[in-house]
Amino acid sequence: MSVSSIPATPARRIPVGRMAVYAIVFGIGLCLAFAPFLFKDVRAAEVAARICIFIVLVASYDLLIGYTGIVSFAHTMFFGLGAYGAAIALKAWGPGWDAILIGGGAGVLAALVLAVLIGLLSLRVKAIFFAMVTLAAASVMLVLASQLSDITGGEDGFTYQAPRLFSPAFKLFEDADGKVLRLFEVPLNGKVAAYYFVFLSSFVLFLVMMRIVASPMGTVLQAIRENEMRAEAIGYKVVAYRTAIFCIAAVIAALIGVVRAVWLKYTGPEVALSFHIMIDILLMVVIGGMGTIIGAVIGVVVMSLAQFYLKDLMQVAADATSGFPLLPDLLNPDRWLLWLGVLFILLVYFFPAGIAGTLMKKGSVR
Amino acid sequence: MNAALDRVGGVYALPVILAIIAFAAIGSASTWVTLTAAGLAMGMMIFLMASGLSLIFGLMDVLNFGHSAFVSFGAFIAASVLAALGVWLAADSVLLNLTALMAAIAAATAFGALAGWGFERVIVKPVYKDHLRQILITMGALIVAEQLLLAIWGGTPIAVARPAFLTGSIIIGDIAIESYRIFALLLGLVVYIAMYFALNRTRIGLLIRAGVENREMVESLGFRIDRLFIGVFMAGSALAAMGGAMWAGYQSLITPALGQELMIIVFIVVIIGGLGSIQGSLLGAILVGLMTNYVAFLFPKLALASNMLLMMAVLLWRPYGLKPAVKG
Repeated sequence: MSVSSIPATPARRIPVGRMAVYAIVFGIGLCLAFAPFLFKDVRAAEVAARICIFIVLVASYDLLIGYTGIVSFAHTMFFGLGAYGAAIALKAWGPGWDAILIGGGAGVLAALVLAVLIGLLSLRVKAIFFAMVTLAAASVMLVLASQLSDITGGEDGFTYQAPRLFSPAFKLFEDADGKVLRLFEVPLNGKVAAYYFVFLSSFVLFLVMMRIVASPMGTVLQAIRENEMRAEAIGYKVVAYRTAIFCIAAVIAALIGVVRAVWLKYTGPEVALSFHIMIDILLMVVIGGMGTIIGAVIGVVVMSLAQFYLKDLMQVAADATSGFPLLPDLLNPDRWLLWLGVLFILLVYFFPAGIAGTLMKKGSVR
Repeated sequence: MNAALDRVGGVYALPVILAIIAFAAIGSASTWVTLTAAGLAMGMMIFLMASGLSLIFGLMDVLNFGHSAFVSFGAFIAASVLAALGVWLAADSVLLNLTALMAAIAAATAFGALAGWGFERVIVKPVYKDHLRQILITMGALIVAEQLLLAIWGGTPIAVARPAFLTGSIIIGDIAIESYRIFALLLGLVVYIAMYFALNRTRIGLLIRAGVENREMVESLGFRIDRLFIGVFMAGSALAAMGGAMWAGYQSLITPALGQELMIIVFIVVIIGGLGSIQGSLLGAILVGLMTNYVAFLFPKLALASNMLLMMAVLLWRPYGLKPAVKG
């Protein structure tokens, strides 16, 4: 039993930051797991489901930008393909699991094919070139979705029904009187089932991604990010690995798109394809921390809360400055993206590792 | 196929081939001339926007995703100046008309140069040689710029006044060509020729071309490449703003979404043309301009998708674009 105050080796130090990050993520995970029982109003369920979906979307984007160093702007395109695939089938064939399976499957398959095409075509060249190609592809998809209004409902999108299991009138468990059973005052109806469908699919997909980055493939991807030439020289086929992870990320994005379509019972460019979602994803991944996967959890929660409270704060500021020229316009709650943009730039300058990345370095062995 | 193409002028023959195919498909000569003129004018305006982006990339290895912000700001500043000088525009004198128009374009261009200077100092300079952060930061700057645009001019479409002498069309036989398009075409040509001479006949142009080829060597020969960078960045941004100003007059109704729409076209042009080369940008811009107008006439629904298909085809054939100045 030595009582030396100086650690013998740096490795003995407790990685405080890493523990803190895991604790925060665990806490958020618990909140999400019991969201229907913790937050009882309808709006909170919407926010919780949105957070679950975005965590997967942002984490899958992190596979590209953080782990492999690929900048793609087509991530919402894959997300949208999954969502539209399921939505169109649900609308055409009515609410049923077969529609979700076949329609969603077709959407995921389309995403996979497009990802292979784009990947093989342009992942050989520079990161910048790839970013441009994906941006062009995504915007063409957006235009197609709004122009083929017979199928996609155009700019307005369209609504449809989800399977009966997920409707609020459905009783998961009945008590002796045939009424819906309540647990902690919360009726166990279809809404709860729908939330747990979202939560569990997100959870499984998130675990899959954690597994991928911990696998040998994850290590190779990081090697490619750090030094492409050296990775190639060691004998890894860089293009093949890049294309593979691009396809995996695309498929995960499409799958979570299917989940989103089933949960929202509405699909349109604004919720599935628009450029705003891409910007949200970018902000979330940078705020959370690139190359950490679990940073996605923190980034999504922080951004979602910020979107909520920043607007209120700006309204107060706009009212306070109403006498000055231009200032109220800049502080108008509709301009919240302006300040998030500024924050984004500052983050990329000063904390490129994001919240999770910066915290994890604190007290770590390095 | 390559050998046959080289005999008729290499990749520069592509717009001509495209025009000939379109002529066969359209059938009517007067329609074809109108569409071709429209395509060339559009191509020239896009060339203004794309050449700056391409040159900045070629010299500094920086792809500015915020480039389209200069285009939008140029368009809105030109619209404001034109609105302020409304009396001159409506006057019956070509001289006054032209003065107002030139004032609008000059204001936009000057703003582009100034804002380009600020942009380079604040946004781009700290992240040279770091592509990932470059893309992220310039994207963030684009978001901020678009929001500023909305805060200043609001979200409603703004009507752009056109000078009296450029309204209406010139009619030759049964062919009608909008006179603004001819003006756009001429201005684009003048700028291209000026750029060509500046790059190929002046000392600064020599240094820029050398910098595109090999930056370190220019630096080690004792030239201040960072000053060159700033100059090129300002010029590129100014050109984008000028293109935006021309586009505002062409569209006659502009919305803040204009930057985003044009950015896609500009990117496609730069990809098709090959990064870093002025000739490539011109070639790509004209191809895209012609393609857009022909397809919009033949199959209206496919207009934007056609550019995408064109890009895919070019990338399959030449992965680095038609006329790249920098490889890889």
